[in-house]
Amino acid sequence: MYLAKIKITLRKSILDPQGKAVEHSILALGYKNVEDTRIGKYIELKINADSEAEAKKIVCEISDKLLANPVMEDYDYEIMSLNPSSNGNSVKIHTGKVH
Amino acid sequence: MSKAKFGIIVFPGSNCDHDAYHALGHVLNQDVKFLWHKDSSIGDRNVIIIPGGFSYGDYLRCGAIARFSNIMKDVVRFASQGGIVAGICNGFQIVCEAGLLPGALLRNANLKFVCKNVTLNIENKKTIFTNAVNGIDKLVVPIAHGDGNYICDENTLKELEETGRVLFRYEDNPNGSINNIAGIINKTGNVMGMMPHPERASEDEVGSHDGRYIFESIINSLN
Repeated sequence: MYLAKIKITLRKSILDPQGKAVEHSILALGYKNVEDTRIGKYIELKINADSEAEAKKIVCEISDKLLANPVMEDYDYEIMSLNPSSNGNSVKIHTGKVH
Repeated sequence: MSKAKFGIIVFPGSNCDHDAYHALGHVLNQDVKFLWHKDSSIGDRNVIIIPGGFSYGDYLRCGAIARFSNIMKDVVRFASQGGIVAGICNGFQIVCEAGLLPGALLRNANLKFVCKNVTLNIENKKTIFTNAVNGIDKLVVPIAHGDGNYICDENTLKELEETGRVLFRYEDNPNGSINNIAGIINKTGNVMGMMPHPERASEDEVGSHDGRYIFESIINSLN
């Protein structure tokens, strides 16, 4: 079993009006050193796959087809194995970006 | 007798389906049927209206879930064979998500949901959707959307502009849409998407009958 964490953001070339509005509020709080505020979506899902490669393929396919719209959004992802490793912790095994 | 047989797709969350039915069935006296999103075929319908609303609660992105509904497979097949499809408001977002039209609709630049009458300049009168607007250059129709800010890449925009595929432009841009675009058609001219609501402007009793010209154009083109 694998855990995928997918982050979707508006493409850099696209003005993010929500991010701008939030940034105005941050500045109003007195933090004058904040810039480039961008708002996105975070999606987490579990995949029952036989291999890391298969899990990665599934994450990219569903992101391209449904989770992100390539006209306006980029996504990046992390895939972690949930199968207990020697020390019993899950480990990050793959990260990638599609821009 | 008109040969138009309109089918209006109904998704969970559609809310302009009955307005479209009223404009087409009661005002224009056409043959109209609702088509449920779970249906697998559009049946004998020869014009498909994808109405406004908030299909599937606008979850994920406007139109993103509706695009994968059962009926849309047949709508895409129908459109690829030259069938007439008009996406209005949320319907425009859905046809873009389905790849029937290029580009996407972003959150309005001012972050506000805008609900008011707007004036549209008709940019191309030789289309399935505008051929009945004799002697008129502008339409007054309402908009009601929070995500109507049309974008596409530079090459697509150039192509839309150079090939007469920008159908309507806002006189006063309400949402930040690129080149003031309010509505476009596909390469083959049989699929149209627009953010304004012609179905809410089919009788003077509701403030304007200008939207009727669009439906009359469709009916014309089938005769």
